Amino acid sequence: MLQYAVLIPFFPLAGFIILGLLNKRLPKNLAAVIGCGTLLISFGLALGVFMNISGQTKEIELAPWINVGSFSASFTFLLDPLSSIFLMIITGVGFLIHVYSIGYMHDDEKHNIFFAYLNLFIFFMLVLVLGSSYLLMFVGWEGVGLCSYLLIGFWFKNKSYNDAAKKAFIMNRIGDLGFLLGIILLFITFGSSDYHTVFAKANGFASGNIIITTITLLLFVGAMGKSAQIPLYTWLPDAMAGPTPVSALIHAATMVTAGIYMVARSGILYALSPVSMLVVAIVGIVTAVFAATIALTQNDIKKVLAYSTVSQLGYMFLGLGVGAFSASVFHVMTHAFFKALLFLGAGSVIHGLSGEQDIRNMGGLRKKMPITFITFLLATLAISGLPPFSGFFSKDEILGQAFSSNMLFWVLGVIGSMITSFYMFRLLFLTFYGTYRGKIEKKEHEHEPAHDTHTGIHESPKIMTIPLIILAILSTIGGFVGVPIVLGGSANFDKFLEPVFHDAYAKMLLTEHSQILSEVTLMVITVVAALLSIFVAWNMYMRKKIVPATEGTKLPFFTNLSYHKYYVDEIYNALITKPLDKLSEFLKNIVDNKFIDGIVNASGKLTEWVSGLMRFVQTGNVDFYLLAMVVGIALIIFLKLM
Amino acid sequence: MPIITLLIFTFATAVIGLFIPIRYGNRFAFISSLLVFIYSLYLFCTFPITADFQYVVDYSWIQALGIHFKVGMDGISILLVMLTTFLTPLIIFSVRKSEPRPRAFYSLILFMEMALIGVFVSMDGFLFYIFWEIALIPIYFICLLWGGKDRVRITLKFFIYTLTGSLFMLVGLIYLYLHTPGEHSFDIQSLYTAGRSLGAHAQCILFWFFFLAFGIKMPIFPLHTWQPDTYTDAPTQGTMMLSGIMLKMGIYGLIRWMIPMLPLGLAQSSQYVMWLSIAGVIYAGIIAFTQKDMKRLLAYSSISHVGLIAAGIFAFNAQGLQGGIIQMLSHGINVVGLFFVVDIIQSRAGTRDIASLGGIRLKAPFLATVFAIIMLGAVALPLTDGFPGEFLLISGVFKFENVMGAVAGLTIIIGAVYMLRMYQRTILGETSVETEKFTDLTAGEKAVLIPIVIMVILIGVCPSIFMKVSEPAIMNLLSGK
Repeated sequence: MLQYAVLIPFFPLAGFIILGLLNKRLPKNLAAVIGCGTLLISFGLALGVFMNISGQTKEIELAPWINVGSFSASFTFLLDPLSSIFLMIITGVGFLIHVYSIGYMHDDEKHNIFFAYLNLFIFFMLVLVLGSSYLLMFVGWEGVGLCSYLLIGFWFKNKSYNDAAKKAFIMNRIGDLGFLLGIILLFITFGSSDYHTVFAKANGFASGNIIITTITLLLFVGAMGKSAQIPLYTWLPDAMAGPTPVSALIHAATMVTAGIYMVARSGILYALSPVSMLVVAIVGIVTAVFAATIALTQNDIKKVLAYSTVSQLGYMFLGLGVGAFSASVFHVMTHAFFKALLFLGAGSVIHGLSGEQDIRNMGGLRKKMPITFITFLLATLAISGLPPFSGFFSKDEILGQAFSSNMLFWVLGVIGSMITSFYMFRLLFLTFYGTYRGKIEKKEHEHEPAHDTHTGIHESPKIMTIPLIILAILSTIGGFVGVPIVLGGSANFDKFLEPVFHDAYAKMLLTEHSQILSEVTLMVITVVAALLSIFVAWNMYMRKKIVPATEGTKLPFFTNLSYHKYYVDEIYNALITKPLDKLSEFLKNIVDNKFIDGIVNASGKLTEWVSGLMRFVQTGNVDFYLLAMVVGIALIIFLKLM
Repeated sequence: MPIITLLIFTFATAVIGLFIPIRYGNRFAFISSLLVFIYSLYLFCTFPITADFQYVVDYSWIQALGIHFKVGMDGISILLVMLTTFLTPLIIFSVRKSEPRPRAFYSLILFMEMALIGVFVSMDGFLFYIFWEIALIPIYFICLLWGGKDRVRITLKFFIYTLTGSLFMLVGLIYLYLHTPGEHSFDIQSLYTAGRSLGAHAQCILFWFFFLAFGIKMPIFPLHTWQPDTYTDAPTQGTMMLSGIMLKMGIYGLIRWMIPMLPLGLAQSSQYVMWLSIAGVIYAGIIAFTQKDMKRLLAYSSISHVGLIAAGIFAFNAQGLQGGIIQMLSHGINVVGLFFVVDIIQSRAGTRDIASLGGIRLKAPFLATVFAIIMLGAVALPLTDGFPGEFLLISGVFKFENVMGAVAGLTIIIGAVYMLRMYQRTILGETSVETEKFTDLTAGEKAVLIPIVIMVILIGVCPSIFMKVSEPAIMNLLSGK
C-alpha cells in the first residue's frame, strides 16, 4: 500500500496541468469534476497510508535533483505517522473545500482556473509534508506561497487585492530567507538536509549547542512568516481578499499550519535547544493573545476569523514551545475542521447576502440559513474549547503542558482563550441572532417572502451545505481520537505520533507532572472561564443588543487601538516601505547619477582637458620642437647624473 | 574540428547573410543559427563527462610571439556555447519585420555569435583577447545604428568604458606573458604557471587589472553606470545579446582566466571583491524598486543578479562555482525572455512606462502567464531555473563567510519586491488607455517564448542535466590544475 503513496501529490498536479492547459475549453462541470476527482483519489490513497502506517517510517526516492560536491538533494518522499496525519487533513479537508467551491465559484468566469490553482496548491502542500528533506520541504513551502499569491489576487482587477497578494508573497519571502539560511547551515553542519541524516547526527549534539540553536531559530523565522506569527503576521488578515474557500483551505486549515509542521518535524533539533523552544513558546503565546485582542473589535466577518486563525496558530506554537508536539499537531487537526467550517460558514453567509461581509449589516440569519447557522454554532463551540467539542481536547492538552512548563504561559493562554470565546460569540450573535440590519436585501425579501430567490437572503445550495455538515460532525466528534487519560480516554492521538517524537521527548527530559493543580482542575478552570466570557458576550450583544459603532465614530482608546490593529501596518509602512522607496530614489538620483557617474564623466572631462592642454604643444613650429628636444635631453642627462 | 566548424559556419553565415535577398534574410539567419544550435546540441549530448578539454585544435599562429590558435571545450565552455547557440536563434526570430536594414542587423548578430563562441572556447590568452574585442564590434554597431534617441552618446560611453577595461586586461596579459617560463607563450597553461609563480603582491595588482576588464563587462558595482543606459537605449535584440550572453563573457573570464591564474590575488582580494559584488546585489536591487521604465528596471535587476553570481564565484568553492554556472544559464534565459516580453508590450502599447500600463492580463492572458513563469524564474522560486543557482550561490557565499551569505540572501526578498511590483502594475489591475486594445501573443512570439518557458522549468526540475557536465571541470579548477 505505502508505495502507492508517491502518487498522492501527482493526481492534483495532473489536475492542475489539465485544467491549466485547457482552461476555458473545458465545460465548468467537467473542470469541477477533474478538480475534485483528482483530489478524491489522493484522499483515498492517503487514507490507505493512514491505515497502514502504524508507526513505520518509509522513504521512497523518485529522482535526483541537485547534486554539487557534498551538497545533494533528491526528490524523495517520507511516510510516517506525522506526514500521514497531514496527508489526511490536506486531502480530506481539501476535498470538502473543493466540493464547496463548486457551488461558491459557480458563477465566476474564471471558475476553471480557480480549480487549477487549488489543485496546484494541494500538490505543493503535499510535497511540503511528504518531502524527506528540508530542501524539498522548501520547494513545497515556496510553492504554496506562490499559490497563495495567485489566489489572494484571484480577482486581479482590484488593486487592493493585488496589494494583499504581493504583501503576502513578500512577507513570506522574508521568512523564507530565514528558512533558506537555516537549510544552508544544516547542509554545512550535517552535510545534508535529509531528515534521517540530520536527526541521526543531531542526536550526538549536546543540548544548548549554539549551532543547533542558530539553525532552529532561522528555521523558526520561516515558520513565523508562513504561519503568520509576530512580527510577520500582517499579511494573513489581508489575505482574506481571496475567495472564501481559499481563506478556508489555505489561510486557515492547511498552508498556515506548515510552520507548525516544520517545527514539529524538527522536534529533535528544537528539543536540543531550550532557547529556541522558549522563543517559540513566547512568540506563540504573545501572538495568541495579541491577535485575539484585535479580533475583538473587527466588523468584517472574515477579518475576525483571520485574526482568530493567527491567534490559534499562536496556541499551536505555544504547544510546540513547551514540548507538547503531538498536542500541537492535534490542534492543527481540530483547528482544520472547525476553522475551515467557520470560513465556509462565513462564505455561505456572504454568498447568501450577495457579497456582504460587515457583521453590522447582518443579524437574524438564524432562521434564513438554518444549516449554516447550526454548523457555525458547532464550530464556535469547538473553537471556544467547550467539552465535548474537538477544540476542547486539543487546546486543553496544550494548556496543560504549558502549565507544567511555566505558569505564566498558562495564565496568558487562559486569558487568550477567554477573549476567543468572547469574540466568537460576539460574531455568532451579531450574525445569526437579533434582527436583520442590512438594507437593500431585506426590502426585496419582504416583498416576496414566499420565494427564496437568489436576490434575497437564502440558504446555500446543497453542494455547499453538505461539506459544512461533514465538517460540523468532524468538529464535534474529532476530539475523541485524543481523549486524555485523566478523562478516561486513552490518548490515541499521542500514541499514534509517539514514534515520531520519541527522540525529541527523550532529549527534553520533561519535568514530571508534579503539579499544584491536577489536570482536571485546570480543565474546569478553562471551561468556566470560557463560559464566563460567553455570558459577557451574551449580555452585551443579546440582552443589551449592542451593535458595533459605525465607521467614523470616536472610539474609546483601547477599542480604537484594537480596531486599527494597533496601527502595525501603518508603522511598517512608515518604517520600512516608505524609507526604502526614498532610499531607492536617493541611490538612483544621487549616488548613481551624480556621484559614480560623476566620477566616470569627470575622468572623461579630465582626458579632454589634458588633451586640450597638450594641443598647445603641437605648434607646428620647428624651433619650438628643437628647443623642447634640447631641454628634454638636458633633463634626461641631468637626471641620469643625479 | 567541431569547434572550427562552429566558428567558420557562423562566420560564413554572417557574411553570406549580407548578400541574401532581403525577403529571405530573416529565414536565412534563423535557419542557419538553428543549425548551429542543433549541432551544438549534438555536441552537448555526446559530451564526455570528464575534466579534460575536448575537440582541442592547436595551430601555431604567430610563431615569433608564441601565439597559437588553440581552442577546446570543457564542461564549462560547452554550457556557455550551448547558451549562446540556444539564445541566438530565438533572438533572431524575435526581430520585428519592420526593422530597418534587416540584413546587416542579422549579420551583426551572427557575427557576434561567432565571436562569443570564440571567447568561450579560446585556450590561448591572445586569441581570447582577440575574440573578446571582436565581440564588441557588432554590438557597437547594433547599439549605434538601431538604438534609441540618445544612442550616440550612450554607445560612445559604453564603448569607452568597456574598451578601457579591456586595455587593463591586455596589459595584464602581456605582463603575464613576459613571465611565462622558457619561450614565451600565451598558452593557457603557461599563463597559469606564470601567474602562479608571481608573488602575492604582484598577483594582487594583476588581479585588479583583470577585475576592471571583467567587472565592467558584467558589470559589477560600481563599474556599472554604462549598463542601465545602454540596456535601455539599445534595440531589444541588442539588449538581449548584451544581457543574455555578452555579460557571461565577463563571468567566464573570471572562472577561466583570472582566478586560476592569480590564486593568491584572489586570496588577498576576495573580501573586497565579494563585498563589492554583494553591495551591487543590494544596491541595484533597491534602485530597481522605483524604476519607471520596464527596461531600465530589468537592467538594474540584471546588475543585482550578476552581483550574486560574481560573489559566488569569488567564494571559490564547489557550491559557488556550480551555482554561478547554472545561474549564468538561467539568467541568460530569463533575461532574454523578460526583455522580449517588454518588447512585445512596447510594440503593442507604445510605451514601457510602468505607470501607464496595467490590465494586460485581461487582454492577453497567454502573455500574462508566460511573463509570470519567467518572472518566477527570475525571483528563484523552487522548480524554476533561478532556484538551483541562487540557492547554491547563497550557500557558496555563506560557506565563505556567514554574514556575507546572509546579506547576499536578501536578494530573494528584494527580487520579489521589484518583480512583483512591476508585474502588478503592468499586467494586473484595470486596463489603461494604452493597453485597451492590447492583443495576445502571435504565433511567432509564442515560438520564442515557449522554448524559454520550457527551459525555465527544465532547469528548475532537472538542473543535474547541466550540472553534471560542468562538475568535473569545476572540481579540476578547485584542485588548482
